[in-house]
Amino acid sequence: MNEAVIETQGLTKRYGDLTAVDDLNLRLQAGEVFGLLGPNGSGKTTTILMILGLTEPTAGTARVLGYDPLRHPLQVKRRVGYLPDSVGFYDELTARENLRYTARLNGIDRAEADRLIEQVMERMGLRDVVDRPVGTFSRGMRQRLGLGELLMKRAQIAILDEPTIGLDPEAAHEFLGMIRGLKADGITVLLSSHLLHQVQAVCDRVGLFRKGKMVLEGTFEALSERVLGGSYRINVEARRDGLERLLAAVPGVVRVTPVRGGRYLLEASRDCRSEVARRVVGEGGELLELTFERVSLDDVYARYFQEARGEA
Amino acid sequence: MKREGSPWTGLWAVVLKEYADHLSSVRMRILEGLILVVAVATVYAAAQSLRQTVGEDPFIYLKLLTTSQDPLPSFVAFMGFLIPLTGIALAFDAVNGEYNRRTMSRLLAQPIYRDAVLMGKFVAGLLTMATTLLGLWLLVTGLGILRLGVIPEAREVGRGLFFLLATLAYGGVWMALAMLFSVTYRQPATSAMATLAVWLFFAVFWEIVVRLLSNVAALVVMRGGTENELALVQVQLFLSRLSPNTLYSETVLALLNPDVRALGPVLITQLEGAVRGTMLPLWQSLVLAWPQFTALIAAVILLFAYAYILFQRQEVRA
Ligand SMILES: Nc1ncnc2c1ncn2[C@@H]1O[C@H](COP(=O)(O)OP(=O)(O)OP(=O)(O)O)[C@@H](O)[C@H]1O
Ligand SMILES: [Mg+2]
Repeated sequence: MNEAVIETQGLTKRYGDLTAVDDLNLRLQAGEVFGLLGPNGSGKTTTILMILGLTEPTAGTARVLGYDPLRHPLQVKRRVGYLPDSVGFYDELTARENLRYTARLNGIDRAEADRLIEQVMERMGLRDVVDRPVGTFSRGMRQRLGLGELLMKRAQIAILDEPTIGLDPEAAHEFLGMIRGLKADGITVLLSSHLLHQVQAVCDRVGLFRKGKMVLEGTFEALSERVLGGSYRINVEARRDGLERLLAAVPGVVRVTPVRGGRYLLEASRDCRSEVARRVVGEGGELLELTFERVSLDDVYARYFQEARGEA
Repeated sequence: MKREGSPWTGLWAVVLKEYADHLSSVRMRILEGLILVVAVATVYAAAQSLRQTVGEDPFIYLKLLTTSQDPLPSFVAFMGFLIPLTGIALAFDAVNGEYNRRTMSRLLAQPIYRDAVLMGKFVAGLLTMATTLLGLWLLVTGLGILRLGVIPEAREVGRGLFFLLATLAYGGVWMALAMLFSVTYRQPATSAMATLAVWLFFAVFWEIVVRLLSNVAALVVMRGGTENELALVQVQLFLSRLSPNTLYSETVLALLNPDVRALGPVLITQLEGAVRGTMLPLWQSLVLAWPQFTALIAAVILLFAYAYILFQRQEVRA
């Protein structure tokens, strides 16, 4: 088993009567992408701040690469890159100047910093705007600048708080690709989000937060299995072969697997049963069966919280 | 709990960044422009009226700073309110500005302590003020040489430099106060107004308050006698010295006027043996101004320390 790069034991944070994080035991292996998932106010940001040593836990301990963030904050912060949920830069300074400041704070000398800045700005697709004031940057550009900063300081761990919030779908998609790039570099990633499909797209494991507690944790499959018993799966029995092309053309259908005897298994990105039914019937097929299993993190999440509310 | 590493890691990085920011900020340009105009106008006017006495006065350069020529107040009088403004302008958004720009958490996630952030900002502010003051001093000296045609003597330069130091400490008080409010208030406008309010209170109302309080005290100790009267004056003086403005003006009075031999009420017995019109050597003027000067520094340290404690405990989240 790999060694843990982030480990918390009984980590707890209280604000007065409110327990923001409750007895959290978290373990991240080197090189994995872990998603903290939970509704607003469930304690994701608080957890992150405690891991970084920016907030003192009420109880419990955290270890980051073997260091205690409270006792050795500098060691931890040298090795961990943090992208806050609404990352800000000095608007009147250019991207380059902003990064130079960070580099100086990290003790990186000027020549090295300039070399690194070129490198990461190229990678983040910001090379052409590196000498523009950050005030003129879009939200997506700022996010990428933040990620570039993290790469520049050669962080071993990247902690990203709601990294795609406020990004348009395309920018979010692009950004997720960059997060996968971090993983390819061997950087361990801890990200928080409530945008489930995005978490699902990049995370190896997720932890579901509710009222400060991590109520579920594991790979996506394991969670789906546990909560729902097993992306949308639609079984179609049409008693006709050769409908693959027709079914594949239905908006939302990702893959069509013919089973046999006029049966098909569809994998879809959304519930498109009615459209499937319409087309099959329109083609003159006999629709004998149309069953459907919803499997997505959204559902895991929704189902889980539904049940939890029901219990309460 | 013992923390590893020096609390000042990254201090210079912060100082350099903040210093560069100040030097290029519009806010400072405006203030520096204002100070420049005031300096040229007052010193020019003073030089005009001092031209006749060149050669008679051994401290003509100091007179440049303290002489007022109707309708202009003296250079020193102007500084008395431009310097607090500068101090306030340099720090009123030091901390809450970082929160509002949402740079605070990113900044604190770098391998530095909060100590370095606050100290760095304060040092950068002081450096900026020192740069301005030094530039100003050179300008005044240059103007003096041009208008009066004499070179300043070492004793004048010495007093001038101590005057700058005292001015820096005075500015530091307002800067530290502005910084304190920038920690306690989330809106820069609020912290600016709060600091200005305190400044206005001391600049305008404190004297009135002191007089009211001493009137009350006078009613209490009605039964006359010089001893009581003296005690009353001393209470009044003590109260008035709670204001940084009083401390500063007394310090400046002692430093820039070598013939001032006492601050506050003087008993005739204390003047025994003193020859009227003789000048004190610099070190004696320093001794005279010392309590006021150290009080200013103490105020800076106390205010800064308080801001520091509050900042250390503050949540990173805006
Ligand atoms: N300084 C504070 N004082 C009091 N309560 C706080 C403080 N900071 C956070 N909280 C509370 O702690 C809880 C957890 O907040 P946290 O920011 O960790 O949630 P989150 O999961 O990050 O939510 P979001 O998705 O909105 O970012 C919330 O109920 C919040 O109100
Ligand atoms: Mg949050």
